[in-house]
Amino acid sequence: MMGELVLSIRDLRVTFETPLGQLEAVRGVDIDVHEGEMIGVVGESGSGKSVTFLAAMGLLPHQAKVSGSVMLNGQEMLGASNKVLRNMRGGVMSMIFQDPLSALNPVHRIGDQIVEMLKAHQPKMSNKDAAKRAVELLDVVGIPQAAERAHQYPHEFSGGMRQRVVIAIAIANNPKVLIADEPTTALDVTVQAQILEVIERVQKSFGTAVVLITHDLGVIARVADRVNVMYAGCNVEKGGVDSLFDHPSHPYTRGLLASLPHEGINRLTPITGFPPNMLTPPTGCGFAPRCSHVTDACLATLPPIRTFGDLETACIRAEEIVVKAGLS
Amino acid sequence: MNQPLLQVENLVKNFELRANSGIRKTTRLVQAVSDVSFSVDKGQTLGIVGESGSGKTTVGRCVLQLLDITSGTISFEGKTLGGLSFEEMRQIRRKMQIVFQDPFASLDPKMTVGSSIAEPLVVQGVAGNHEDKVASLLELVGLAADHAKRFPHEFSGGQRQRVGIARALALDPALIVLDEPVSALDVSIQAGVVNLFGDLQKRLGMSYVFIAHDLSVVRHIADRVAVMYLGKIVEIGDKKSIYEHPTHPYTKALLSAVPVPNPTIERSRSRIMLEGDVPSPVNPPTGCRFRTRCWKATELCASIEPQLVVRPTGQLSACHFPE
Repeated sequence: MMGELVLSIRDLRVTFETPLGQLEAVRGVDIDVHEGEMIGVVGESGSGKSVTFLAAMGLLPHQAKVSGSVMLNGQEMLGASNKVLRNMRGGVMSMIFQDPLSALNPVHRIGDQIVEMLKAHQPKMSNKDAAKRAVELLDVVGIPQAAERAHQYPHEFSGGMRQRVVIAIAIANNPKVLIADEPTTALDVTVQAQILEVIERVQKSFGTAVVLITHDLGVIARVADRVNVMYAGCNVEKGGVDSLFDHPSHPYTRGLLASLPHEGINRLTPITGFPPNMLTPPTGCGFAPRCSHVTDACLATLPPIRTFGDLETACIRAEEIVVKAGLS
Repeated sequence: MNQPLLQVENLVKNFELRANSGIRKTTRLVQAVSDVSFSVDKGQTLGIVGESGSGKTTVGRCVLQLLDITSGTISFEGKTLGGLSFEEMRQIRRKMQIVFQDPFASLDPKMTVGSSIAEPLVVQGVAGNHEDKVASLLELVGLAADHAKRFPHEFSGGQRQRVGIARALALDPALIVLDEPVSALDVSIQAGVVNLFGDLQKRLGMSYVFIAHDLSVVRHIADRVAVMYLGKIVEIGDKKSIYEHPTHPYTKALLSAVPVPNPTIERSRSRIMLEGDVPSPVNPPTGCRFRTRCWKATELCASIEPQLVVRPTGQLSACHFPE
């Protein structure tokens, strides 16, 4: 059963002021994250998946206009004071990124970098306790000889090991939510498997909710409980991982799955065209210009996301499309 | 049958790492490619897979003579490369082309797409109307002829990659090295470019060396596959035998590490979890280079380097304890 609601994003909109005009990066996104679950957020570059969570963390630059609501553990994050944000970031919600090297300070020992995070949120903790806890954390994320390695610098670690260190820093204060933005994209597949295992272990043993942002549907299938598909700044489909992969209802999700190479096919099925320019987003469904099921109604207004069987979909023709696919 | 289009024998490529501490100068060798042999037949696709540092890109660059090789021989259409005169080499180069990974870095932002595509024709002194040729090349890769007047920034990633492909096709090559040609593209765009490679090969009959870390794309496009680890080919053979009956532990681990987009299969799969990272190519392990991460390793693996041996399922693999 689903645990308590820890993060609730409602009607989030993010617009960037650019020299070319207003860029609508996120256009009304709703996402719920419950205690201890693993949510996959999937979409291609420019779909707004990273911006959504950067906005939730209050990490966007000032020229970004953010509206809507982000409730984290009962606290509204949008418009909150810097003091509140500082407490929430790293304390209740942490974020890790694609490139672990730029997330670490090259001139500080990694043990000290974990201690810094601990003491930022628990100022009363003694140096000795913090150092001890840092070694424990390195051990949790699977770094061998943690006590010795805590004295080393980031350049002495490999890419996979650095990502483990970043995870150790992120979970130092037992956050309720860990946001992992493409955490394995820069890594080799054998190392990716190791890092996914560490993230799963953190989720299972500490009950941390994880939001895994990725473009890799294989990774989603491997670890996620629920999936949120994003396209052109909107949620287009949501649901349990099994239902979504088994009977996707949105033409974009269907197209994405069909475009992957799999055994026994001679020809791949690409999605024609390319994503819309978000400076001038289409008035109707964002996917309509690339969709083979498009009708006039699709082009008229932006379809809201609605319940459809055991999924939620933003396609107004989901019923017909699923029936048609079932017959063919 | 007749001779292969490309034959690589005992290719070795070392890079020198020079350090000068002020007191003494040291030179260390990065053994990027160590004793690699393979061949590619006409009209065939050889996929080279491996993780970063496996040497797959270096192999591609050596084949095209973009890097000087340390030792070994590379023959193309029966002619041994290396030691050829500048003019002879120029003639061969037109038959071997490359498509790079990053479609943003591989096109000159100040040149129109048309002049980028025509550049090989100019360099090689090909006579005739380049404009018509460029137009037909653009159409061949699924773009429009009037795109020639535009600049790279006006194109999306997938379209730029098509421009790169058109440029590679300009001189009607017999071999194209594709170095991670779809890794920078979104999944929905990737499929179209992969299809294009297949269509072009069917139509023009050239051979590909397809270098990638994405095993599912290689499975789709390649006829034969070579798996590289730390500068060596550990397993090479027909796609079917490699993917269905991998005999080298590394191949097995690599295949099992790739998540498949099917939650039901993912839950029931047994996974081989490799420990640690790829060792440094400056100081590779003795004997079998994979032994430090292999669950089957014994003392034999540390002392004697396994050679590539034919397995019952047809492929060659280098392991003392094959699956």
